[in-house]
Amino acid sequence: MTLTSIIFAGILTYFTRMTMIALISRDMLGDKIKAVLEYVPSAVFPAIIFPGIFINDFGTFIEMNDPKIFGALVAVIVGYFSKNIIATISAGLVSYWFLIFVVFN
Amino acid sequence: MLTKKQLFTRGMLDISPHMLSVIPFGIICGAIGVELGFHPYLVYAMSFIIFGGASQIVFLQLLSGGASSLVAVASVGIINSRHLLYGAVLSEYLEKLSFIKKLLISYVVVDQGFAESNKFFKKNRSEEFLHYHLIGTGCTMWVCWQIATLSGIVLGSFVPEELGLTFAIPLTFIAIVVQDLKKLDHVIVMITCGLSSLLFFDAPFKSYIIISPIVALFVAALLLRLKK
Repeated sequence: MTLTSIIFAGILTYFTRMTMIALISRDMLGDKIKAVLEYVPSAVFPAIIFPGIFINDFGTFIEMNDPKIFGALVAVIVGYFSKNIIATISAGLVSYWFLIFVVFN
Repeated sequence: MLTKKQLFTRGMLDISPHMLSVIPFGIICGAIGVELGFHPYLVYAMSFIIFGGASQIVFLQLLSGGASSLVAVASVGIINSRHLLYGAVLSEYLEKLSFIKKLLISYVVVDQGFAESNKFFKKNRSEEFLHYHLIGTGCTMWVCWQIATLSGIVLGSFVPEELGLTFAIPLTFIAIVVQDLKKLDHVIVMITCGLSSLLFFDAPFKSYIIISPIVALFVAALLLRLKK
């Protein structure tokens, strides 16, 4: 029963991946749409970033002094200047751990 | 002109830093599935059949919380509908491929792979075998995701919960978009998306994940009009 649902969910997911690549030809998208599509990364990823920072595991807003906000800010600053993915992730995690294990402990 | 192998390797190298967040997250996903009481084979089957990060956890959480299969399947579809936008962007670079190759390559299109390959494509439009970069990012992600979720299923949550490693996921995406903070129009689009995602967070079926990009792209279209 669960396996059937997983298969349906998998087919649906595959279609979200395949539809625009295999079934749509470039001519069907006008220049205006292509110009807007330039913004896709900036328009999609914050929908993963913001809830990941500001909403906790129970689906409610975090306090304004939550260590995650500080960790995210450090990651933005380090990422902006270092242009390095590993440095960005590590800086965010380490500053977050510093607050939860050292400062707030 | 780079060879297929060079492009594939470049794709692998470009996505590998993201494994710092993907691997712990995969372990957690696998472990949660088993903790929620699902059969290990089923939890693993999802990594193979759905191959879609957070949507796998949501699916199991919904089912274990008593939601109907229809609701669970619909939620996975809505969460993953953002791939439609990735596909629309990538189609420009993949149009020369045969239909079969397009069908095969589609399976490995993932968030981080799309982001890194798209950055590479923009700078190297003239390369003949560009799609090998996408295969490189996608296959690296696939292999790491399978191994990570499998280890979470077999070994349980051996990643200490106190470390809060799910926080690495927003960080990995910060690393992807952070250079675009230099451009005001992109900043406006990002803030629009981020604020909408918080505003619509409680919308049914986790639909905030596609509603907020649509709102943000609408704002992007308005900005393009103003620029002219």
